[in-house]
Amino acid sequence: MENAFTIAAYVVAAILFILSLGGLSGQESAKRAVWYGIVGMAVAVLATLFGPGAGLWFASLVLIAGGAAVGYQLATKVEMTQMPELVAIMHSLVGLAAVFVGFNADIMINYVGAIYGAEGLVMGAVGDDGVTAIGLPKEIYDGLSSFGQLIAKKSSVEIGILRVELVLGIWIGAVTFTGSVIAYAKLAGGSSLLPFNVDTSAKQLPGGHALNAAAAAGSLLLAILYLGGSGSWTLMLLTLLALFIGYHLIMGIGGADMPVVVSMLNSYSGWAAAAIGFSLGNDLLIVVGALVGSSGAILSYIMCKAMNRSFVSVILGGWGGAAAGEQMAVEGEQIAIDADGVATSLNDAQSIVIIPGYGMAVAQAQQGVAELTRKLRAEGKEVRFAIHPVAGRLPGHMNVLLAEAKVPYDIVLEMDEINDDFPDTDVAIVIGSNDIVNPAAQDDPNSPIAGMPVLECWKAKQVFVSKRGQGTGYSGIENPLFFKENTRMFYGDAKASIDSLLPMID
Amino acid sequence: MRPEVSEQIESMGAEFVFLDFDEEQQDGAKTGGYAAPSSPEFREAQLAKFREMAPDIDIVICTALIPGRDAPVLWTKDMVEMMKPGSVIVDLAAERGGNCELTVMDEKVVSDNGVTVVGYTDFPSRMAAQSSTLYATNVRHMMADLTPEKDGVIVHDMEDDVIRGATVTHEKVVTFPPPPPKVNAIAQQKVKNTPVELTPEEKRAAEMAAFKAQTRSQVTLLGIGALLVLGVGLIPGMPASFMQHFIVFVLSVFIGFQVIWNVAHSLHTPLMAVTNAISSIIILGALIQVGSSSLLITLLAALGIFMAAVNIFGGFLVTRRMLAMFQKS
Repeated sequence: MENAFTIAAYVVAAILFILSLGGLSGQESAKRAVWYGIVGMAVAVLATLFGPGAGLWFASLVLIAGGAAVGYQLATKVEMTQMPELVAIMHSLVGLAAVFVGFNADIMINYVGAIYGAEGLVMGAVGDDGVTAIGLPKEIYDGLSSFGQLIAKKSSVEIGILRVELVLGIWIGAVTFTGSVIAYAKLAGGSSLLPFNVDTSAKQLPGGHALNAAAAAGSLLLAILYLGGSGSWTLMLLTLLALFIGYHLIMGIGGADMPVVVSMLNSYSGWAAAAIGFSLGNDLLIVVGALVGSSGAILSYIMCKAMNRSFVSVILGGWGGAAAGEQMAVEGEQIAIDADGVATSLNDAQSIVIIPGYGMAVAQAQQGVAELTRKLRAEGKEVRFAIHPVAGRLPGHMNVLLAEAKVPYDIVLEMDEINDDFPDTDVAIVIGSNDIVNPAAQDDPNSPIAGMPVLECWKAKQVFVSKRGQGTGYSGIENPLFFKENTRMFYGDAKASIDSLLPMID
Repeated sequence: MRPEVSEQIESMGAEFVFLDFDEEQQDGAKTGGYAAPSSPEFREAQLAKFREMAPDIDIVICTALIPGRDAPVLWTKDMVEMMKPGSVIVDLAAERGGNCELTVMDEKVVSDNGVTVVGYTDFPSRMAAQSSTLYATNVRHMMADLTPEKDGVIVHDMEDDVIRGATVTHEKVVTFPPPPPKVNAIAQQKVKNTPVELTPEEKRAAEMAAFKAQTRSQVTLLGIGALLVLGVGLIPGMPASFMQHFIVFVLSVFIGFQVIWNVAHSLHTPLMAVTNAISSIIILGALIQVGSSSLLITLLAALGIFMAAVNIFGGFLVTRRMLAMFQKS
């Protein structure tokens, strides 16, 4: 079925995919690398269309064109603030496709089995050497589709393994599907296009984690039944359970833990593709699935590390272990300041660091911030951005938003690059972030976020915090930064605040 | 120097001259904010330091006052003689004799070597605008303190140091004189534990230990990984065809980990979009299946193709769009 040419094309495609991921190590090489990915995908699809998938190539092309039109619409219309939603909903598509492909494999096994039965043969029976399958008579074999042939020549052991793989593929795919849909609904909030609304806070059905555990145990049982030959109904039921797990697991996670959830789903969609690759005996699927799976896993790891939490505690919701003792009481008071005062300080300052958070994205303040940056830089001041790994709702989200607002990427720095520079900074401006600048993470061993790496903005000579009101962050942790002597609170909507600043900068 | 003052001064960008002197430091805040007389040894060390610096200094501003005493002499005649011509000394302690030996109360004198010593005691009237602004700011903040709700209703909080200190009578009771201010609470000396400087040997030992720990964890991981892979191969009846795919899988995971660690943090969102696009490689599975004779398979596969195509185009296009935004300054 897979002729040598197709496999050769797959090798080319696999290398192109690896290069396209490797190229993301730098902004400039990334622009080239994305083309490697596009060419790789084109090579892989064309090779399959004219090779093993030639059956309905015209209809396939039409379907691809239709998908392309929808994809084009999505990609060109989406606001950069909505990137997390887009990524989440796209994961759901991969998950669902994996479920479909997995089911097809099961149907085909049954179908081929029926043909064997009609011929009076046993599917998977092996020949004298004990390994090679006897297979079907040649004329029937030739009459099968390429996919049917693939299954028809397998021995019983191979079919057993095939079933394990497709169960895995379907299970992971189904969890990814509902999980991503819920993640999308939570991220999109009111602007969700789904017919139902989802509470963005962490919510679980009564029973909580026990329910998930029970569903997982049920899946395992059904998988064993299915492998034992109990028929396709077990697979259906297993899929339903997996769909439920995906739904319930993500429902139990709060909106702000979404960076981890989305990268985790990213990882799952890769593993699903790899599992399907095994069942189809397609190495390219395995390679790409493994690449995507490990990529998502690393992203999840980085996110968890940046929040100083274990992966398990994020996925199961909550803050993990209870604090060992009383949290330190916060002394002092929050002192407010108006735009005039901020502008005066900015005009006097020489080096300025801006720390954006999700609040900036919510208020759509990035354009104003970029304009402010341009004005200050035109005055010859040094303006830089400090990005915490978990700022925003997606890894690297802040970088994209700032890039869209035309902030040059070379003044947008990571936490490790800028943390040592704060003592030499005149003014630090915190816009819509809270926990990532909380000194309690370093000072208070009893704080729930103790040990989490934070941006040490309080070491700057002056700190302005643009914030809607006096509330605490999503974690509900009091932030001693707001009470520091060199901190002034610049209350109000971030966009309005920044816009009122702009005319006063000269 | 009171500790909270040192913070304020540093926040303005000024630096301190430090004396190498061991003495139990008294917290100035305990005496109501004014310095207590320092020991003779300390004074000697202080003067020696000033003498060392005098030739390089253009402007000296003296403010040292001790309650109920004459101002301490901190800037002696010989220091003035060491200064460059045209230098200026402003002695705000002139009223109590001045910190500079040459200060004459209420007069501006010029020393023999051309150093101006200002001994005015009426600065508030000489800088009326600045004085008024400063005073007005004080009063405004006092008003803000008195009306915390910003509604014009006065809340007379006798716990507040400032309000208590400014109150003479309250609720028909004479409250004067106020108790000494409780500045202690905010001015407590912070014990700063400076990190212990490591000797080169200790550093090397720490590096060695870290390297060993790293090696150990890496070897352990490799060992576990190898055992797992071998374990898979040892499962009875495991067909070789599966193992071939399995090798591809393990190597790909390995490559994936190597490659992704190098991706810039700022490009993580494009990374997710592009991995999203290429994970739609699952379209190959659907493409292979779509030509089947079973209608159900064809239908499911067709749906799979469509959804994967949405993802491929959407993912790549949006990645391109994002990457194009990243511009260098």
